[in-house]
Amino acid sequence: MSLDNLKYSKNHEWVGFEVQNKKSKMAYVGITSFAQKELGDIVYLDIDSNIIGKKIQKEAVFGTIEAVKTVSDLFMPVSGIIIKINEKLISKPEIINNYSYEKNWMIKIEILFIEEYDKLMSLEEYNQYTQNSI
Amino acid sequence: MMENNNLEKTILYKNHICLNAKMVNFCGFYMPLQYTSSLEEHMAVRKKSGIFDVSHMGKFILCGKNTIKLMQYLTTNDLLKIKIGQAQYNCLINNNGGIIDDLVIYKISEEKLLLIVNAINIEKNKNWINYYINKYHYDDINLIDLSKKYSLLAIQGPLSLSYVQNLTNISLDKIPFYHFKIGKFSGFEKIFISCTGYTGSKGLEIYVPNEKTEKIWNDILEIGKNKIIPCGIASRNSLRLEMGYRLYGQDICEDTTPIEAGLSWITKFEKEFIGKKILQEQKKKIRKHKKFISFIIDEKGKIPRKGYPLMDDNDNVIGNVTSGSFSPVLKKGIGLGYLWNNYKVNSVFLSIRNKVIPVKLVKLPFIKLNN
Repeated sequence: MSLDNLKYSKNHEWVGFEVQNKKSKMAYVGITSFAQKELGDIVYLDIDSNIIGKKIQKEAVFGTIEAVKTVSDLFMPVSGIIIKINEKLISKPEIINNYSYEKNWMIKIEILFIEEYDKLMSLEEYNQYTQNSI
Repeated sequence: MMENNNLEKTILYKNHICLNAKMVNFCGFYMPLQYTSSLEEHMAVRKKSGIFDVSHMGKFILCGKNTIKLMQYLTTNDLLKIKIGQAQYNCLINNNGGIIDDLVIYKISEEKLLLIVNAINIEKNKNWINYYINKYHYDDINLIDLSKKYSLLAIQGPLSLSYVQNLTNISLDKIPFYHFKIGKFSGFEKIFISCTGYTGSKGLEIYVPNEKTEKIWNDILEIGKNKIIPCGIASRNSLRLEMGYRLYGQDICEDTTPIEAGLSWITKFEKEFIGKKILQEQKKKIRKHKKFISFIIDEKGKIPRKGYPLMDDNDNVIGNVTSGSFSPVLKKGIGLGYLWNNYKVNSVFLSIRNKVIPVKLVKLPFIKLNN
């Protein structure tokens, strides 16, 4: 799978679409490489399978991620219905440490309000944001 | 990270930057958190070798005729039990039996000690010791703070000694655990080399005057190319936690006594010291005190963290976690903490983000090493 039109949230999640499916409401969500580097080595990813089919609001928690030294909540970058969880990542979370968007999506969602997606940051804006955030 | 002008730098600051270390504020110093991966650094120390710049640690020389007499009174462990050339883990305590600092004391001679203290406690310890030097008119005793003049390199891991042996004429494997030698290293004379560390794995700690530090660091990385890897404070923390070593400011503080902290083994009642009466009463259980525990979480993905509540089987909060992490060797969450009352409980539970899960109380260390 190849993702495109990635946009970024202030909580360091990204949302992207499959390349051949740019205008679909079906999107993928993961954490940014910046977030991964900040967390350090990731050892567990905890996303409860009972969220599948549920609507989760923008900025609500959809899971948690444990690194060796710290833990962080995972936030919805936009409101959406949870379609699928990346089980490969749940069973082998250490692959998040070798960063690659395509493999490292965490959840597939159906976006409820496309305006929320439009309002997220572009890569350029996000890079600017992370440079100023520490 | 943004420059913070109040932070101190070790002599090797630029070397860490060149090695792409992620630098963080640790005890008021810019310290390398990790270079590549804290997991890899952890396992390098457990299986081969890693090198740490821990120059932030405080280093005092205490010398004079009455040095040992004074330190016997200010600490809980018995300095008469170690010989010249030997080191001892010890606690400085206050009148209430609270831990002012935990430290390692090296006996250089009967009148000269080297004290290695925590960076955050340097000024406090200096004031405390100097107060008692003045109080008892020990005019012969001098406290010399070498913290900013000396660096400390720790080479830790089972293969460390063999990797760096060619840099010295001292037979490294002949130095017993918690002993030290002074000799030639990297071409410099009079280098202080001790068989100690904060990781639990076999290794050395080398005390070096600042101006010689960079050459020694580079020589070790050169001779240990692809074998000795630089390690940061993230792996140092997970390594010490696997051994159950307490961290000052988290697991112990001035409100914790050595008895409460499970450090009875360094509390020797056959000598006189500050706070002795309170510790004796705690030991005899005639004074209420909190209880130190160490535990493993068997459930996958659940890692205890500092501050998480500990509960009994009726959901009452009965304690808290003081240190917690993922153990790279056990591949499970491990933690240290306190139960606030020293009463018997059937089982202890941990609250992680509103989920309550059982913990398995275990004895330390969490892992057994074949050093």
